[in-house]
Amino acid sequence: MAETQIKNFTLNFGPQHPSAHGVLRLVLEMDGETIERADPHVGLLHRGTEKLIEYKSYQQAVPYFDRLDYVSPQNQEHAFALAVEKLLGVEAPPRGQYIRTLYAEIGRVLNHIFTVCAFAMDIGAMTPMLWGFEQREILMEFCERVCGARLHMNYFRPGGVSLDMPAGLAEDIWAWTEEFPKCLEDLEELLTENRIFKQRSVDVGVIDAAQALDWGFSGPCLRASGVAWDLRKAQPYDAYDRVEFDVPIGKHGDCYDRYLVRMYEMRESLKIMQQCLNEMPSGPVRVDDRKISAPPRAEMKHSMEALIHHFKLYTEGYHVPAGETYTVVEAPKGEFGVYLVSDGTNRPYRCKIRTPGFAHLQAMDFLCRGHMLADVVAVLGSLDIVFGEVDR
Amino acid sequence: MVEFWSVWIWPTVWIVIKIVAIVLPLLLAVAYLTFAERKVIAAMHRRKGPNVVGPFGLLQPMADGLKLFLKETVIPTGANRAVFVIAPMITFILALVAWAVIPFGQMSDGTPMVLADINVGILYLFAISSLGVYGIIMAGWASNSKYAFLGGIRSAAQMVSYEVSIGFVIITVLLCVGSLNLSRIVEAQAGPWGLFHWFAFPLMPMAVIFFVSGLAETNRHPFDLPEAEAELVSGYNVEYSAMAFALFFLGEYANMILMSAMTSVLFLGGWLPPFNIAPFTWIPGPIWFILKIAACLFVFLWVRATLPRYRYDQLMRLGWKVFLPVSLAAVVIVAGALITFGWMPARAG
Repeated sequence: MAETQIKNFTLNFGPQHPSAHGVLRLVLEMDGETIERADPHVGLLHRGTEKLIEYKSYQQAVPYFDRLDYVSPQNQEHAFALAVEKLLGVEAPPRGQYIRTLYAEIGRVLNHIFTVCAFAMDIGAMTPMLWGFEQREILMEFCERVCGARLHMNYFRPGGVSLDMPAGLAEDIWAWTEEFPKCLEDLEELLTENRIFKQRSVDVGVIDAAQALDWGFSGPCLRASGVAWDLRKAQPYDAYDRVEFDVPIGKHGDCYDRYLVRMYEMRESLKIMQQCLNEMPSGPVRVDDRKISAPPRAEMKHSMEALIHHFKLYTEGYHVPAGETYTVVEAPKGEFGVYLVSDGTNRPYRCKIRTPGFAHLQAMDFLCRGHMLADVVAVLGSLDIVFGEVDR
Repeated sequence: MVEFWSVWIWPTVWIVIKIVAIVLPLLLAVAYLTFAERKVIAAMHRRKGPNVVGPFGLLQPMADGLKLFLKETVIPTGANRAVFVIAPMITFILALVAWAVIPFGQMSDGTPMVLADINVGILYLFAISSLGVYGIIMAGWASNSKYAFLGGIRSAAQMVSYEVSIGFVIITVLLCVGSLNLSRIVEAQAGPWGLFHWFAFPLMPMAVIFFVSGLAETNRHPFDLPEAEAELVSGYNVEYSAMAFALFFLGEYANMILMSAMTSVLFLGGWLPPFNIAPFTWIPGPIWFILKIAACLFVFLWVRATLPRYRYDQLMRLGWKVFLPVSLAAVVIVAGALITFGWMPARAG
């Protein structure tokens, strides 16, 4: 009898796969349904963002950040705006800071609704997705009302935000923050205590605190492993040192804890949003330096000086003093950092972007080994991978 | 010659008429079940569902059917052509054939309204529904695709696991009836107290196990592993297109209706009205039967909108470690109770 050769089953998971969260190509080596090795391949959505930014003025670079993690665009803009502000040595006026904090938290809720619902969808529960997206729609309308764009906001600028909030928007956001907990309760009712949901997520993709740090985890994924590390608390930026909020942490570092941390974080975000709305001072929303931020339209109609400033800003842009900075924000997915090097010209010399998703994705093999095929999907969903930011 | 006509031709024509009378409404029901599914789930999702084609979107299933019918059937190069083509046919045909023994009601003279009133009806149903797995395995194997292959394997394992507990559940019912004939099973649930005589009450846990196993048997949520969209893309039917795909789809939905019909017959009193008082007894039996099927189908859809999906090993554990021992114990308990209290049914047909 000829000797039988037993070979592992290799499955190409993606890039065209409904749960690949975009264009992940995951080469799975499986023994039956058990994963022996998971090999994530990246780069299918690479657009050369970092290189492109080197050829754009600082102002023109902002929209590129929207297109990294397209689930919560404003949080990326936030990092870049803060980085440029640091090099310029300016600080946004208080109202601008509060608006940025408010919208950063809207971005966080946008992201967490998406993640939690997509995670549920990956596990097979389809209803949360639809319920959650109704709320995202409302949030996107808030984005549209403040800057005209639903998704790619281009709203956070170095030196503040591009426009002040229109009348009535604050009241509507407040009303929404009071209503949204009901939606959260509905989602929790479908998922949190659901036995199938727990069976699918508890003790799946476990990573303890030390390992999570080793793999470069950050954000909710790190906190789910029990590390109370939140950049909003650790090194507050904008108005975060003036608002009260708690940082929820998990215990086990499994998919279920990552889900729970996100659910709690949404509630904390609501608290931050309400405080921002309450404490928001009046005043300018951008720095009053005409060398950095454009003059108001009305002024340009009669002031020669303003017209020149406008022209210079929108053609040449502003020059940033030579220097370098690594500025991080707590993006919804984790630590989002911008390493910006300026050589004193109007364009960045180098702009390295540190995205949390990339670090999370590299742990796929570690998290999935020994689990089953269906768990790969659950782990992937709980890590909150978006390929816009992984591939950049 | 007269004898030839009266013995062979007319009965054949009569049977064909009966078959058409069952299959046509069934296919319509399948088409509108897809529509109902989309509408019901849409309502649970707080969205509208299909509402463009025809009034309230009522022509949507027709449009979908037409689209699938007009598309080209693509057969992958690496596929085993013959098996690839036969697989959807098997699924579809088996889903229809099973309806031969389902009793829809009772004529005024007491004979059941059924195509074939055979005395081992339940065994026939059981056999046919077990064969259904072949269509899926063949599709998964013949597609020569890894996703389809995994789907095929999963469904084989799943159907085998759940068939066993369904078998034991059916045995408990048979013990209480004393007959394998489906009409007898329904008749045994008749009584002065209406719905309290249905087996769903005395055999409550069994009814639940039967229904849940039915979900698994028809590959529906939360047991839709063979076609788990999130993992296996679409499982065994990933390579299928056009009419071949439509046959799988129709077969799956016809099986859902069949499972609901079996649940109604075995546990919900088939065509019997829930109360033996005036307004309920006026409604003819087949209508009650259809209403009960519709209620079961609603639960099918409701479950789909609510629950996440099981993992493969969890599904196996539920089948072998929970349902099998429970249903096995139930057989012993029911049999023991029947003997002890002298409730054994008289031997019938």
